[in-house]
Amino acid sequence: MRYANYACGSMEHRLSRRRFLHQATTTAAAGSAVIGGLGTLASGTAAAELKRNDMRIVIFNMHGGLSQLESWDPKPGARTGGPFRAIPTSVPGIHICELLPKTAQQMHHLCLLRGVNTAEDDHGKGAYMMMTGRRQTPSAEYPQIGAVAAKMLHDDNIGLPGHIIVTPGGGGGRGNEAAYLGPKFASIHLGGDKPPQHSVKPDGFSEDAERRRHEFRRRINQEFLSQRRTAITDAYTHSYEQALRLMERRDVFDVSKEPDKDQQRYGTHDLGRQCLMARRLLENGVSFVQVTHSNYDTHNDNFNFHIEQVGEFDMAFSTFVADLFERGLLDKTLVVVMSEFGRTPNINLYYGRDHWSKAWSIVMAGGKVARGAAFGKTNDEGTEVVDGQVDHGQIFHTYLRAAGIDSSQSLVVDGREVPMADPAAEPIWKILT
Amino acid sequence: MATPVELDIQKTRVAYQWKHDSPLIACRISPTGAQCVSTAQDFSIQRWAIPAGERTVLKGHESWVHTLTYSADGSMLISGGCEGKLIWWPILDGEPKPIRVIEAHSGWIRGVERSSDGKTLVSVGNDCMIRLWSIETGEKIAEWPAHERHIYSAAFHPDGVHLATGDLLGKIHVWNLSDRSLVRTLDGSTLYSPNKGQAAEFGGVRTMAINSAGTELIAAGTHKGSNPFGAVHEPLLLRFGWSDGALLKSHVSDGIPGGLLYRTCCLPGDVAAAVSGGSSGGILLYYGKDQEKELHRFGLPSLARDMDANLASGLVVTAHYDHHIRVCALFAA
Repeated sequence: MRYANYACGSMEHRLSRRRFLHQATTTAAAGSAVIGGLGTLASGTAAAELKRNDMRIVIFNMHGGLSQLESWDPKPGARTGGPFRAIPTSVPGIHICELLPKTAQQMHHLCLLRGVNTAEDDHGKGAYMMMTGRRQTPSAEYPQIGAVAAKMLHDDNIGLPGHIIVTPGGGGGRGNEAAYLGPKFASIHLGGDKPPQHSVKPDGFSEDAERRRHEFRRRINQEFLSQRRTAITDAYTHSYEQALRLMERRDVFDVSKEPDKDQQRYGTHDLGRQCLMARRLLENGVSFVQVTHSNYDTHNDNFNFHIEQVGEFDMAFSTFVADLFERGLLDKTLVVVMSEFGRTPNINLYYGRDHWSKAWSIVMAGGKVARGAAFGKTNDEGTEVVDGQVDHGQIFHTYLRAAGIDSSQSLVVDGREVPMADPAAEPIWKILT
Repeated sequence: MATPVELDIQKTRVAYQWKHDSPLIACRISPTGAQCVSTAQDFSIQRWAIPAGERTVLKGHESWVHTLTYSADGSMLISGGCEGKLIWWPILDGEPKPIRVIEAHSGWIRGVERSSDGKTLVSVGNDCMIRLWSIETGEKIAEWPAHERHIYSAAFHPDGVHLATGDLLGKIHVWNLSDRSLVRTLDGSTLYSPNKGQAAEFGGVRTMAINSAGTELIAAGTHKGSNPFGAVHEPLLLRFGWSDGALLKSHVSDGIPGGLLYRTCCLPGDVAAAVSGGSSGGILLYYGKDQEKELHRFGLPSLARDMDANLASGLVVTAHYDHHIRVCALFAA
């Protein structure tokens, strides 16, 4: 038995040897499938037209599992309600948790989905489902929403990556988020307000030496590619060229160029700087940004931790949404606030809440999403969805539709059509405009 | 009031237990020992007659109540809620109703304590403010911003001049109430367990007490928070000298990998009693002045979240997650 390194160390995180080996083999298989195909649209829809629509997606990943009861679906006074009260918002009739007073004033831009049921209480599996719209299966790996957005929406000519993940610590790098789309669409990780690692030319290299080095590389590559071109060699070539362009635009990642006033408005904590970074990236044409706020895996002392964490989020997120609107970007940007699951309505012995995927909430805003709405409903104690139930498959379709992408399309991979989103699911039409 | 009993911590046993309809949060025993109160996750306060166990439910708060105190004569109960309200209850009435409700703090009230002369109430909370109130009239006497982070606990010194307050970061400020000046800051930072991997701030001075002689300040909570989200942390009780703020002893306990001291009370003989809750269950711990480890421990039937002691009657009350309030006797049967 192996243990994944998740924060809480609870039973749900245990990873069996069989499952580990299985995942390793399917990942390898997915990697090999990249050869010969980066996925072109089967329907022949003009990709250039999509890119002209200039849509973007930003996801706030509330890592560990934000409590829906301490955020979007409070149940004050219920057995499961906890100590926090509900407060009115800018939309009459919609109340959210008192830990979100600033976000409450932006409610007219938001759409709450209070009927999410993903039926998966494992961190890794839940995250996969919310990012890909599908359950993990032995037979295939699917690209995450960031990779799909980079593929469908990003304009390579801007000289910036199309899929960026901002975390407090940064580090990491290109994982397998792109699956069959290929590493070209995998993420670049940024640490808070810092540019990508190794994006400064070493002092020892002159401009001329650098230019000649790359000319030599391109010439050798060209000779090689003339006979042995594959998706992987294309990805390598792309990575080099992307890195060069990124070095030229390094200033885009410098949050200190933002006015002091803005830095104060977003908050001087990590999340504030991450959000300011996200705004800069979106304004400069990056098609997908994921901001990670950690950590919400509060099996113990849930309420104290949520006071701290949600307080930070409220300041940064509300400012971010207001800024996108004021700058005319909200219509062009789908904003999603999600986790891998929610937290149990039941309050455990240590004032904690555990993993709960049967009835939880996410938020969408911008793009083609209805504004000032609350869709779906849970029962009085928040234990079950009683109206407007949706799952990860529907949510993934909705991400795409809200960003102007026809989610019923397929991509051609190795001559085989692969539906972009789970064909068994549909978008949540009622929240789309 | 009954004749004071001779305390014997080795004799600790559950004498009475009564059940409410919801998990309990906090508890106090009256100065006479004739009643005790508890608070619950259903926002109510429960009054329990000792020893009959007759329950009266008090409703008035709109959130959880983590802290409360009796007036010196036991006729009034003042509770502080997570909605920021202080409520005065005539607790000897047949069906007590609030006689005074004050919007006292922005956010949670985490500590209310009575001064040694019985005239002044202090309240502290998440707005990082200290506020002093007249217990008799409810008039606000003073207020000042006191800490940079949430204030978790407060304790009056028996000299009537000084007040100690403790926060999330483990800072313990000692204030001179005559001019509200900061006298000194004690270092309780071992009670603060930030966890970088979980991006979590955890711990804090969860509880404080000052002995009746005024020579020692006790601060308690948790340490070794290797996995705060998973409730892996151990109980820790710090004993400071009052005159210079020096740390005299760090009291720890073996075999409690999931422990947190929710409240401490000073007993005679320089013994500090504390109740541990958390994933290791409910345990009453008694720490002597000279020993690092506890003198005695008593395992409670269920996880506990608060305690209070009445020395004259030799009773300790504990509030439990399993809906029970338990009254323990600390004297020979």
